[in-house]
Amino acid sequence: MLDNSEGYVTEDGRKIGGVVMEMKNITLRFGGVVAIKDISFDIREGEIRAIIGPNGAGKSSMLNVISGFYVPQEGEVWFHGSKRPPMRPYEVAREGIARTFQNIALFEGMSVLDNVMTGRLNFMKTNIFQQACWKGKAEAEEVENREAVEKIIDFLEIQHIRKTPVSRLPYGLKKRVELARALAAEPRLLLLDEPMAGMNVEEKEDMSRFILDVNDEFGTTIALIEHDMGVVMDLSDRVVVMDYGKKIGDGTPDEVRSNQDVIDAYLGVSHD
Amino acid sequence: MPEQLVFAMEVILNGLMAGVLYALVALGFVLIYKASGIFNYAQGVMALFAAMTLVGIMNGQVPFAHLINATFGTHVHDFGWTVPALLAILMTMGVMVLLAWAVQRFVMRHLVGQEPIILFMATIGLAYFLEGVADLMWGSEIKTLDVGLPQGINLWIDESTFNIFGYGFFIDNLDIVATVIAALLVAALVAFSQYTKQGRAMRAVADDHQAALSVGISLNFIWIMVWSVAGFVALVAGIMWGTKSGVQFSLSLIALKALPVLMLGGFTSIPGAIVGGLIIGVGEKLFEFAIGPLVGGATENWFAYVLALIFLVFRPQGLFGEKIIERV
Repeated sequence: MLDNSEGYVTEDGRKIGGVVMEMKNITLRFGGVVAIKDISFDIREGEIRAIIGPNGAGKSSMLNVISGFYVPQEGEVWFHGSKRPPMRPYEVAREGIARTFQNIALFEGMSVLDNVMTGRLNFMKTNIFQQACWKGKAEAEEVENREAVEKIIDFLEIQHIRKTPVSRLPYGLKKRVELARALAAEPRLLLLDEPMAGMNVEEKEDMSRFILDVNDEFGTTIALIEHDMGVVMDLSDRVVVMDYGKKIGDGTPDEVRSNQDVIDAYLGVSHD
Repeated sequence: MPEQLVFAMEVILNGLMAGVLYALVALGFVLIYKASGIFNYAQGVMALFAAMTLVGIMNGQVPFAHLINATFGTHVHDFGWTVPALLAILMTMGVMVLLAWAVQRFVMRHLVGQEPIILFMATIGLAYFLEGVADLMWGSEIKTLDVGLPQGINLWIDESTFNIFGYGFFIDNLDIVATVIAALLVAALVAFSQYTKQGRAMRAVADDHQAALSVGISLNFIWIMVWSVAGFVALVAGIMWGTKSGVQFSLSLIALKALPVLMLGGFTSIPGAIVGGLIIGVGEKLFEFAIGPLVGGATENWFAYVLALIFLVFRPQGLFGEKIIERV
């Protein structure tokens, strides 16, 4: 059923592996409104996959289906070669799918370090009493998780704000902390919901660099939604284009750029 | 040393001890409020329910005896055994966890995402429901609770203060035990919320539901846990108050005394609940001692509320509460 066989090689020479996630004929309705209509696509190991489309096209809904926040009425979600039963968001997270949100969802009252540490909750196996007493295995475990977190904090260049409460950070840094928390979970698939929304050019460049570095360094498979066409075309290996809940294009940035449907629906009415 | 000053010292000491008991109830409120944003009006009734269940189990009472007898025409009252205190406390804790699960399953789960005021109203309903169930289950007569905690005047303090001041302080052993237990409880709660995985998850849930879900935290599990912990604190408070003044329905009214404590300490601060409790405890005893006689006494009934009112005017977030900042 699944085409797990061959991958492909990107323009810049990265090897892309087999299918990690496959969406089959997904349909999602809210009452009478059809948010997603019969959409299928796949995400492959190690690739950066973008979902684009005008406002209200159903991109965020699609991301929410993948991360379990919405349950589609029809269609199947396949993850690592097996069909996924309907799951709650926290169960999806435990399966190794981490995400960020369009309107940043961080723990505002906690420090940056604590926020990123929550990403590793599922790696902690010692029991509650060991942890409370800070004894033996619990201590080793905390140190180990702390090291992993510090590595990510270093990687995303947020060492200087480690102890700062998140509520005091500017928008761009908050986005980066959210990415750090998602990375801390060592996800098999990372979902980014408009990682560059509301950023200035410099912040966008930083974020693009981090996304590419994450993919390069950790080999993380990434699916992202983004409005900024320029950014999407530069970042992603393959692009799904949605419009009014339907898929109107799927392929490499170049293929999508020359697709007449896409030009009509999206690029044709862009503000550039 | 002048006699008045020595008296005042004794009053302050006793006030501190009383304050610890107020703080115990207030702690339960703070816990649930911090973790779920719900002001749990039923906390006091939970303490009553826990104390009644504990007495019932220890005495081998048949739960719902009146109901059973009225329905089936039988005459059951006791199983005819008694349960040792420690075992009974463990069993009561089991009942409180069950209660936590039921509250989550049948009430709170259906109200996810509702306004705080609606959740608050639900806990008022819960309070009355629980009071009714407690009555039906164990009967409404006043019972004595004795789990083996020391009671009565502490002779050592009495003697040593007599040797120093020429006047022996009256300090109840039970109050000393309550203070030690409260200190242990707070230490345990702080360790739990700061150093454990579950504690971190609890703080995360309190902060942002969506974000908590996205890092793999089950909201249901955390909420059941929070209500269980609140049930545990209620049990401790119930044991202390029940031992001190007997297990009776007026016990649920002590919850009202926790309100001014919370207004002083702030609804979101565990240390705040402790300090607030102590201030109220000492304040009302000292006020009664110094000003009471001038205004005809019985100031203990209203002092705490007036103090809370003053705080509401000048520092609405309490001593330790999170600062209220509004951005325009």
